[in-house]
Formats: sequence, structure tokens, C-alpha cells
Amino acid sequence: MADKYEDIIICRCEEVTLGEIREWIAKGYDTFDELKRVLRVGMGPCQGRGCRDIILREISKMTGKKYAEIPPGTFRPPAKPVKLGAIAKAGENE
Amino acid sequence: MTWKNTTDAVIIGGGIQGCSIAYHLAKFGMKDVVVIEKNTVCSGSTGRCGAGIRAQWGTEMNCRFGLASLEKFEQLHEELGMDCGLHQGGYLMVAYKESEFEQLKKNIALQNSLGIKSRVVTYDEAKEICPGLSADDAVGFTYHDRDGHADPFLTTFAYQEAAKRLGVTFYKFTECTDIKVENGKVKGVSTSRGDIDAPIVVNAAGGYAQQVAKMAGVNIPNFSERHEIIITEPVEKGVCPPMLMSFSGNYYIQQRPHGSIIGGCSPEGHPEDYTCGNSWQFLNMMSKTITKLLPRTKGIRVVRQWSGLYNMTPDRQPILCEADEVRGFYLSVGYSGHGFMFGPISGELLAQKILGQEPRISIEPLHYKRFERGELIIEPAVV
Repeated sequence: MADKYEDIIICRCEEVTLGEIREWIAKGYDTFDELKRVLRVGMGPCQGRGCRDIILREISKMTGKKYAEIPPGTFRPPAKPVKLGAIAKAGENE
Repeated sequence: MTWKNTTDAVIIGGGIQGCSIAYHLAKFGMKDVVVIEKNTVCSGSTGRCGAGIRAQWGTEMNCRFGLASLEKFEQLHEELGMDCGLHQGGYLMVAYKESEFEQLKKNIALQNSLGIKSRVVTYDEAKEICPGLSADDAVGFTYHDRDGHADPFLTTFAYQEAAKRLGVTFYKFTECTDIKVENGKVKGVSTSRGDIDAPIVVNAAGGYAQQVAKMAGVNIPNFSERHEIIITEPVEKGVCPPMLMSFSGNYYIQQRPHGSIIGGCSPEGHPEDYTCGNSWQFLNMMSKTITKLLPRTKGIRVVRQWSGLYNMTPDRQPILCEADEVRGFYLSVGYSGHGFMFGPISGELLAQKILGQEPRISIEPLHYKRFERGELIIEPAVV
């Protein structure tokens, strides 16, 4: 499977390459959440906004499953990163 | 993956317990082991935990388990061939009440008697261990430098990959729906994907341990409660080198080697709760706790919050045994929030027991019959 695209960084927050993603899909980690847990893809500040679609397509290509049938993985709050100080202070006004 | 209709042992649950038990069974010579997991490996309590590893405990049993597990973690990378993200920055225990500090000092005496080199430290020492710490209201601190944390995902996957190399089969998205029992002996399991016959079945179902036990007709007094947790963006090292933990302060806070800060606490009133939702109340309270203890964290952003289940027993000690009523049915459950850190040792000990060997640390006191007999081993050192 080695080709010139292996070194492309897919998850920019955690610096994970296409080669690493392909290696773990081949080991059976063929859902987004499994790849997230083993490689940290989607765990950085952008929470997968940049890499999720590319990874889901890669899973589709390697497993033969339709893109639409692959679960997108869990989305967790907060929707955007928020400073600890701002959250702590917000409670004081209630 | 082909379906196995028969096997030597079926393990229910792909968390740290299930993966460690499977690995140790195969390592000790069992030929055919199957792990069934209703979601994917490490998707339940293990993957949601606070990642801590400690030997600073208040009962002899937990001190022995904690130290033995710590020793296994220290050589796990070599044994399993995969980095498990071990960070030994110590646990810094913070007491805010005199009675609590007295208990911590008693724990230290017990730990020292068992070879754990924990000690009482002054506030000045605490600030050297954790620069930037603000705990003027604390009355005392204890510290053990070999404690720390590891990556729960990588540790569990390392066990899974090592077990696979030894021939263990993992079926994901495979839920246990029934356990077959005849004449007081276990015969196998029914799952959402078919039946598997086996003379040995292990319940390592984490938050759902009591439901799985009931499938075999075994009643255990466990219940599960939801604990919430947050993680920040990665920042430079040294913001929180040790695991900061307080029982009366109700918190644990640590910084992973990767740079993210993780913080969690216990839910008020400890209600039984199987939903893994997230609350604003927790996010707000935890942010207050972290910024009060470590004021320089105010500008660090929270990227994610989630929750997971603690599988609780009446004395907050695990159940690790064979069922009296159903021979061949084993349980490794009820870790009450400490299953990840004990996983390496409890998996080894239960595998020894299953294979008819003498576990190198006795697990006799961890039979669930202790609850009926009133022989509880109450652990004072739990958040």
C-alpha cells in the first residue's frame, strides 16, 4: 500500500499521517472512534473538523463499505474550545 | 472473520480487564480464547477513565495490587511491544481536613510497611513537586513518586494486539445476550451474532457487570454511577507534573505527557446512573476547581468533556473470583473506579486462578460472598 501519499498529514492537530491511518485500518481499527482512540485523530482543538471526512473516505476505500454507512464517530461538547477561566467565571453570575 | 462455535474460554467485555485476562490466559498456555465486546475495544469505562495509577491506598489488598500493577506498568512497553504512555510524576494527595490528613498518615504507615516509599510532604515541597500550586487552605500532603498515569487506550490496545499475536480472537459489535448454564456449570454464551460454547466464561463487563452476572443466575450487589471528566488543549509540560488528588476536595487533575490537562470528580450523592451524558454543572464546577488550584490554567481551553461508568461494590473493592453457584463462570468486576490501574495485575491473577494455578497474590478475600458474610474490606482512599 506504500505510495507517495503515505506521509501526508491528515490530522493536523495531532500530526497523524495517511500512512499511519491506513496501517491501523488494516489492523482492524476500521471505525472513526477506534482510530481516534489509537492515533488521537480528531482529539485536538479542531475536534475532527479537518480530518473526519478524509478518514471516513479512507475507511470506505479500504473496507469496501459505503461512505454513508460508516458511523461518523462521537461528537463531544463543547462545540468550540473555551477557556477554563471563562467557564469558571460564567458560573459566578448565576 | 470466521465465527467460532466453540472455544476454551469466552471473555465478555473488551476493556482493560477483558484484554488483560485474555492476554494472560494465552500467555500461560490456553489455546483458544475469544473476547466479545458489544461496541469496540476500549469504548466503555476503560477508555473514559482518568488514567491514574497509584500505590497510595488505605487497605493492604489495594496496596499490594497497586504496587504489583505499577511494577507491571513499568515494563509493559517491553512486554507488549507497544508504548502505553506511562508517566510517573507521582500522586500528590491533598488533605483539607485534619481527620483526612490523619487517615492519609495512617495509609502512609501501611504503605511503607508493604514496601511503598510514599511520604508526607510540606506545602513548600508540594509546590516544588507541582509548581504554581495554590492550596493555602490544605492541611497536609502525601506523595509517592512512582505513582502516575498511562494512556488507557494505548494500554488496552497493547494488550489486545499482544493477545491477537498469541491467537486470541476479538469479536467487536458482539453483545452478550445470555449465558448458558447446565447443572451448575457454565456451557457458553449467546450473543447478538450467534452462540459460542465454552467451559469457561468470564464476566469483565465493566459498567454492565451486574446485568451480565444475572444472565448466569448470579446476583452481585454492584451498581454503576456516572462520573464526568474534562480535557484541555495540549499546553507546555510542567503545568501539573503530578496527579493532584483530594478526597475531601473531590478532584483529580493531571497533565498527560502529550500536554492536555485532564480533570474529574465524583458525582454529588453518587446516584445509580447508566447514561453517559454531560452537564454544564460539572464543567463549571471542574473549571472552578482547576483554576483555583492552578491559577495559571485560566487561559487554557477545554476541548472536550465526557463521562463514564464506575462499577461500584459496597466496599469499593473489586470482585475477582469464580462463582460458587456456576462453576466455570468467573468475575472480574466492581473496580469502583480503579479498574484501569489494577488491570495488568488482576488479569494475571485471574488467569492463574482459571488455569488452576495459585495466584501470586491471594484473591480469596475478593469473592462476592464477603458481602453476605459481612467481611467487607472498606477502602478509605477513594475519590
